Amino acid sequence: MKILVAVKRVIDYNVQIRVKEDGTGVVTDNVKMSTNPPDDNAIEEAVKIKEAGNATEVVAITVGEQKAQETVRKALAVGADRGIHVKADGILEPLAVSKILQKIVDKEKPDLVFMGKQAIDDDCNQTGQMLSALLNWPQATFASKIDVKDNKLEVTREIDEGLETIEINVPAIVTCDLRLNEPRYASLPNIMKAKKKPIEEIAASDLGVDVSPRLEQIKVEEPPKRKAGIKVANVAELVQKLKNEAKVI
Amino acid sequence: MAVLLIAEHNNKELRPFTLNAVTAASQIDSEVHAVIIGQNTAEATKQLSELPLIKKVLSVEAAHYENFTAENFTPVIVKLAENYTHIVCSANTFGKNLMPRIAAHLDTSQVSDIIKVISPNTFLRPIYAGNAFATIKSNDLKKCVTIRPTSFDPCETSGGSAPIEKIDADEEFSNTKFVKREEIKSDRPELGTARIVVSGGRGMQSGDNFKLITEIADKLGAAIGASRAAVDAGYISNDHQVGQTGKVVVPDLYIAIGISGAIQHLAGMKESKVIVAINKDGEAPIFSVADYGLEADLFEAIPQFMEELNKLNTIQK
Repeated sequence: MKILVAVKRVIDYNVQIRVKEDGTGVVTDNVKMSTNPPDDNAIEEAVKIKEAGNATEVVAITVGEQKAQETVRKALAVGADRGIHVKADGILEPLAVSKILQKIVDKEKPDLVFMGKQAIDDDCNQTGQMLSALLNWPQATFASKIDVKDNKLEVTREIDEGLETIEINVPAIVTCDLRLNEPRYASLPNIMKAKKKPIEEIAASDLGVDVSPRLEQIKVEEPPKRKAGIKVANVAELVQKLKNEAKVI
Repeated sequence: MAVLLIAEHNNKELRPFTLNAVTAASQIDSEVHAVIIGQNTAEATKQLSELPLIKKVLSVEAAHYENFTAENFTPVIVKLAENYTHIVCSANTFGKNLMPRIAAHLDTSQVSDIIKVISPNTFLRPIYAGNAFATIKSNDLKKCVTIRPTSFDPCETSGGSAPIEKIDADEEFSNTKFVKREEIKSDRPELGTARIVVSGGRGMQSGDNFKLITEIADKLGAAIGASRAAVDAGYISNDHQVGQTGKVVVPDLYIAIGISGAIQHLAGMKESKVIVAINKDGEAPIFSVADYGLEADLFEAIPQFMEELNKLNTIQK
């Protein structure tokens, strides 16, 4: 089996987001960027499936500007075999990304496509589901456990009510929850080795996909600030305030 | 112009967030129709028809709809979409799983997880886990919108009598099979919808000490949360994690104990109505979002807190 794993470069989850004063977005200059956290889980799972002898190749792909390639390089350092970077600048909506991924799937013919369930920048939670719609493949979203069977996966999904288990025939799309596994760290020798692994660069414009945004971002603003609270002197005062002032207990 | 709302239910009755989604749909346009897809849904369908904001109910029943598989639901809704300008449902795991599949078939760029309807084509939605709000205008002919349930009040549940129209079922998608659903049976409320959340952080120092959190949560009828640091340290399982990479919660009362208030944690709880922080470090960032801060050693403060709660005659549940 061949597994394609999509990864996205986002602002690191530990960075305090700052909204640009002109309201056009958030500040990204000189801000630490990393791989979208659940995409790390997606790579880890693909590599584990390969290590268990159930996959022959893991291909990492990203869509975005030149620097997005760092996320593919990181995936190579933790066990992906080769990379693909589809170059595109500007805002890419999930619909556009899923159309690009569809073109790459047509060319690469993977048996499985993995990715994180949601990107922590736009919080859309759409790309995996859209790709499976375009391909008419089964989708297993929010996966917290994957068992590989003959040409099938049994996937446990995180749903509001608890857990749901489904069986999907390959080829299929899986979007990964943080609970799926513990992503490994890249060792220095593996980081060095990853530098020699190939990354194919493709221009989005060569794929014949219209990536222009459909949504207009009118403005981005800071959420309303909380008004400053008070410090209480002791537990008795705290409980009294919660009971009589805030009236929440 | 009319809005098609996708009802969420468990075949027997409507699930609560459907009511919040109806409210949001009615703010887009007053002509709201609801589609209910399932198996043996007579009672849930009746509940839907009684919502005063619903003008028409479309009912689709077949055995392969019993488990709400997105692959089976999608073709039904895509066909119905012809008659509507907007498709709306909740941005919980049901809607998150389903709506993008519909949107891709309609070649529409979905607007996810809105917290406000500004106009029929313009919406407010949080990005970066609520660290910024984006105003988004959709220029697509058909709009697929998911709504954050906690940002809209539930609609009225009685007094309506919308007509119910039966719609033919579509074919079954054979490559996805439902196996089982394990619903977490707990007396404790669900973290995502609890009225009160009590959370512990690295300051708890061990998994054993989380018993202190459990006691308070039991007393208040609260859900138990945790910071990523506490989860990473192995004090508690990660389904309790509150934050940008865990769950975003909006309870009436959030009590953060031994939590410093890392950015990624704040992103998951700072919209809570009332926030309490108990931490021995007076400079901890959690105090910047707390309505009531108590600078104290939590191992002294928690037993006192229990004592004070025990003194109260009544506690709201």
